[in-house]
Amino acid sequence: MTTRLTILTQIRDVAAEQGKTLAPLTDDLSLMESGLDSLCFAILVARLEDALGADPFTSAASARFPVTIGEFIAFYDGGLV
Amino acid sequence: MEAGAGRGRGIATREWRLGLDDFASATSLGADLPRLEGRSVVLAVGDMAKAAAALIELDGFARRIVLCPPGFETRGLDALIRDAEADALVYDGDEAAPSARLDCLAPCRLPLEPLRSPRPPSPRLRGEGRSRRLATEWVMPTSGTSGPPKMVVHNLATLTGAFRPAPAQAWATFYDIRRYGGLQIFLRALAGTESLTLSGAGESVEAFLIRLGEAGAQHISGTPSHWRKILMSGQARRIAPETVRLSGEIADDSVLAALRALYPTARVEHAYASTEAGVAFAVGDGRAGFPASLIDAGGEVALKVVEGSLRIRSNRTALRYVGPDAPPLHDADGFVDTGDMVERRGDRYLFVGRRGGVINVGGAKVHPEEVEAAINAHAAVRASRVFARKNPITGALVAAEVVLREGVAANDDLSRDILSSCRVALPAHKAPSFLRFVEELSMTSGGKLARHG
Repeated sequence: MTTRLTILTQIRDVAAEQGKTLAPLTDDLSLMESGLDSLCFAILVARLEDALGADPFTSAASARFPVTIGEFIAFYDGGLV
Repeated sequence: MEAGAGRGRGIATREWRLGLDDFASATSLGADLPRLEGRSVVLAVGDMAKAAAALIELDGFARRIVLCPPGFETRGLDALIRDAEADALVYDGDEAAPSARLDCLAPCRLPLEPLRSPRPPSPRLRGEGRSRRLATEWVMPTSGTSGPPKMVVHNLATLTGAFRPAPAQAWATFYDIRRYGGLQIFLRALAGTESLTLSGAGESVEAFLIRLGEAGAQHISGTPSHWRKILMSGQARRIAPETVRLSGEIADDSVLAALRALYPTARVEHAYASTEAGVAFAVGDGRAGFPASLIDAGGEVALKVVEGSLRIRSNRTALRYVGPDAPPLHDADGFVDTGDMVERRGDRYLFVGRRGGVINVGGAKVHPEEVEAAINAHAAVRASRVFARKNPITGALVAAEVVLREGVAANDDLSRDILSSCRVALPAHKAPSFLRFVEELSMTSGGKLARHG
């Protein structure tokens, strides 16, 4: 499963568990408007650490965090520049 | 100890049986017994039977007894001697004398040896034309959560303040009598009419239950974690208790219900007590927590809630802390802050956890104990431990380890089911986000769920 697919699947799972309605998940969707709250993001990041073995939010050298879904996926795929 | 005639009663550990009548003519302290009169004595022995013998002999005879708990590290001995102003040490006669800067070191040995001369009488204090028996101070470390434990001073009056005449019951406890909870049972047994059965070091739950069954133990006490082990042991029906007593940890509805189901004719009660605050109350209505009517009710044990923590004033609280930098134990009104957080729900107060144990999820406080209570309410669960998992978004998230009931198989569907039942019972940030199944949960030597950092 690609990183993209893992991330999108986990986003849908977390949203379903937490009873959140998701906006359509396009690359340019802003994370703040996705329907996920900070608790959802926290759970998502932890689950992705378990699934992918990486937590770029903790390990990333750059101070720039993702703003959109596309940037979020890139963040896991090798980091944002 | 002038505990009344032995009347054939005894205290039994796995290795020893101490007959209380035997102390009239025998001792565990050998030729050193007279030297200990009036001294401040550190009691650092390796097993409960020796501790029991020494306590019986030293109360009313030594000025102060400093009770070292099991697992006490001898490298802390010099600091303990200094802070407790000790001038004597009773050590385990089966081991080498510890190096300590004291001129009076006495080995404690079993079996009891015949007294070489009549037992010296308790020192009497003379004043106002009457003589009073020496009120030995009992100094005990608290089960502090961080840093070196503080020590508190009790005496027999504070330690037995909660005692009321009770029906004759053979006593037993999972606790170590060198800690406050076990000491309460030890003293209750001495003050009563029946024998006491104690656990052995490293003894399995199953072996202890078999011994308890053979001894006919009727009043049995332990922590909720001890009792959960009994529920999982397969030997739970070896005992037929009349009273099941829980204390030392929060007793949730699920462990209480499981015990009532297993021992339908027993009285199941959970008691609230701590080394600093003493014995406060016992609840026997089968529900977790305690009635809200106990708060601000007046009476011998005054309870109040301030900033979410339970405060107690009574004749059972410790007298003070010991040591050169000792903070005051009581507030200006004489109340001791237990550090246990409570929340009111309707006509009841529930214990939600220790003040220091809180998990912070995005700024919201979560007590591990309240999440454990929700997990434990699931029919498949026997016990759980909740802890923080560090998280870059919210600081921490709630995670859980779960022990399933006997015969229940662990699988992903069950995991999802337990997690979703928690999301129904708890606000979203309190519900665990991660769950793993484990075979068992580690306990502290005091019988409480071990909470790692």
